[in-house]
Amino acid sequence: MDKRLERILPRVQKPARYTGGEYNQIIKDKGAVELRLAFCFPDTYEIGMSNLGMKILYKTMNSLPFVWCERVFAPWGDMYEEMKKAGMPLYALESGDSLDKFDALAFSIGYEMAYTTVLDMLDMAGLPLRSADRPGLLPIVFAGGSACVNAEPMAPFMDLFVIGEGEEMNNELLCLLRQAKAESWTKEAFLRAAAQIGGVYVPSLYEIAWNDDGTVKSITARRGAPAKVQKRIVEDLDAAPYPTDPIVPSTEVVQDKVDIELFRGCVRGCRFCQAGHIYRPIRSKKPETLIRQGIETLKNTGYEDVTLLSLSTSDYRELNALCDGLLDYCEPRSIGLALPSLRADNFSIELMERLQRVRKTGLTFAVEGGSQRLRDAINKNVTEEELLHTCAIAFAGGWNSVKLYYMLGLPTETDEDIRGIADMADSVLHCWRENAKNKNRGVRITISTSCFIPKPHSPFQWETQISKEEYLRRVNLLRSSITARNVTYNWHDAETSVIESALSRGDRRLADVLEEVWRQGGRLDAWSDYFRFERWTAAFERCGLNLDFYASRERGTDEVLPWDMIDVGVRRQHLLRERERCYRSELSPDCRKSCSACGAARLLHGRNCDE
Amino acid sequence: MNKLRMRFSKTGRAIYISHLDLMATMQRAFSRADSRLKYSEGFNPRPQISIALPLSVGTASLCELMDFQLAEEVDITFLRDRLNRALPEGIEVLEIYEPTRKNAELKWLSVEGIFEYDARKVDIMQEQLTAFFKRESIPVEKKTKRGFGEVDIRPSIREIAFASCGEALSVSAVISAQNPTLNPDLLCAALRALAPEIAPDFAKFTRVETYDAEGRIFR
Repeated sequence: MDKRLERILPRVQKPARYTGGEYNQIIKDKGAVELRLAFCFPDTYEIGMSNLGMKILYKTMNSLPFVWCERVFAPWGDMYEEMKKAGMPLYALESGDSLDKFDALAFSIGYEMAYTTVLDMLDMAGLPLRSADRPGLLPIVFAGGSACVNAEPMAPFMDLFVIGEGEEMNNELLCLLRQAKAESWTKEAFLRAAAQIGGVYVPSLYEIAWNDDGTVKSITARRGAPAKVQKRIVEDLDAAPYPTDPIVPSTEVVQDKVDIELFRGCVRGCRFCQAGHIYRPIRSKKPETLIRQGIETLKNTGYEDVTLLSLSTSDYRELNALCDGLLDYCEPRSIGLALPSLRADNFSIELMERLQRVRKTGLTFAVEGGSQRLRDAINKNVTEEELLHTCAIAFAGGWNSVKLYYMLGLPTETDEDIRGIADMADSVLHCWRENAKNKNRGVRITISTSCFIPKPHSPFQWETQISKEEYLRRVNLLRSSITARNVTYNWHDAETSVIESALSRGDRRLADVLEEVWRQGGRLDAWSDYFRFERWTAAFERCGLNLDFYASRERGTDEVLPWDMIDVGVRRQHLLRERERCYRSELSPDCRKSCSACGAARLLHGRNCDE
Repeated sequence: MNKLRMRFSKTGRAIYISHLDLMATMQRAFSRADSRLKYSEGFNPRPQISIALPLSVGTASLCELMDFQLAEEVDITFLRDRLNRALPEGIEVLEIYEPTRKNAELKWLSVEGIFEYDARKVDIMQEQLTAFFKRESIPVEKKTKRGFGEVDIRPSIREIAFASCGEALSVSAVISAQNPTLNPDLLCAALRALAPEIAPDFAKFTRVETYDAEGRIFR
């Protein structure tokens, strides 16, 4: 172990997250591999080690015998200070080697607030932040993940982006890099060749022209790069590699359990939801595959809990068969089975009782909007009746805690809709009084609100975001509308949402803001411990950019959007149509009732969506 | 199934795994080795494992003792190898046996340490350290249940010797394992408080062997 590290570790909190050495980590002979890849997650170990994408790609990239892929996470503040003081560069966990020994850095960026941490990790690795300032072929710095569907604010820092699912694409890229390294290509030659791989976006090959009002005038692809980069997907998830022997952290992480990924995509099409659109088309795994992989993973990890992952678990067609198969294995071994993301409308009492036998948690519903009209407008197909029906079953079954999640600031929201949130909480309380088996234990109803953030590639990508002052007004309106004592109200601060709104729909010029925020000490901005709103507003000012232009301005439907070079499958016309239906408070049927021809099925070759 | 005792080592990167995390790691390792631990009865069943002397984070050990019970009968001759394949780097089961003595009989621990000095001569340090630990009492401030109190750690140190070891000093000591427990880190804390001029810039320790009150090896 590095002598400096040995002296630092006794002084920092939870040192085990900085050492590596966990069960199932992959160790290779560094002299025998041709490419060393640092797989960087721009957040803490506890968050990154819980990320399914990291687990999958760690395995798929290491499946290439000529590649050794190692993990790198962002140190928490105390460790960061100690490393700076000791002059220690960022290092990879498996080998402990500093990042200057690596041929490529790959960042997994799942949320915009991680951007400053990416910059910080580049700096801790001793690299210039901007791609243009790293003229050599190696190391190549690239990024992927759901925040890259609009990669523009990060474009100047990255050599390239991988858009969509990385199982196949990343390995194609690494094969090309191996050749480029062996034949000593220039960086430019490599990037031009990489742009020919499906899903690879090389920002330096796209020229952006601007209008006087600051909007994008045109996006021009150069040197053979495709005009539109189409997102990559894995077509057959049953055949796709799945890590049944993931690393088991030796210290507690956020999701310390086995993940079972049911399907990708979502049949629902809630209009505010980016994930529901960018992960289409819908591809499910067979219950046999899932049961086999789940049991294999349990055996290989020794975990005590399994969780089913998807955007809407109750939409998995064979949920009962799957749960039966898993519970047969789990119950006799006291292994817990968790089903997050259940919908309020098709909750099964039988299923609930079976889960209860193993472990019982609170009920959480993402209701999103306070009135039926608003829920119709956002296409959140949940009625109060269905919700109360589910609650009645749950209360009768002994549950006594319900969480209701809402967004404030959704398009078309009125004060009436906000009062509707308090009314619904009252109805839930009433429902509990009528149905609870044991009233002595009391009931806990929690309402949480966050500020709506319009996201690229969703039907609301053109929408305005309410100001944080307006958000607070709505919070206070809701607060004063809640009268029942058993109802608790928690609201998230809007400051982070404002910045996230600006970044998620930002353009390349925001790179200056990101760099300025980082220079003023910004990192780990996804954590309220570290996020400073003033640091961001000051950076916008210093860069001569207007925060409102990015965060709250309604985009014209004739505008070229900064992310228009990225094709996630769902077509612009579909998004526009959905937005118009919002204004008419018109529901769209889910994909299983009727296909809306959103366009995502184009990504499939020889298969059908949701088969 | 009878109670079993495991002697294991915790070295290298594994020394940073905390006691609580180690319990979870052990539980999962048994599960991976397909040897189910016996669980407690009750509303929230926990596996029945207990580690004799919780080790502080950053200290290595060659002599950890853990008692456990299995849910079903297994041949313990193969259990050691199965567990070793299921454990993370740095944790190694040395032997598994049916214990004949109670953990309460464990009294002394021998520890070895390295004292590093960045800008002081180790031979001079060696002399002064030896003199320091010949004192009749070594009072140290220690956190107790009622705030801070002073304890004399001298009676908890049965032997201590220093030897030069390249650029650093090696320490060998026999210290009280329980009633009272002496955390070897307190040796450095005592130096920092009472003789900062000879306190090392960095120190690390390894537990080497467990003894009973009579100084016989405890198993």
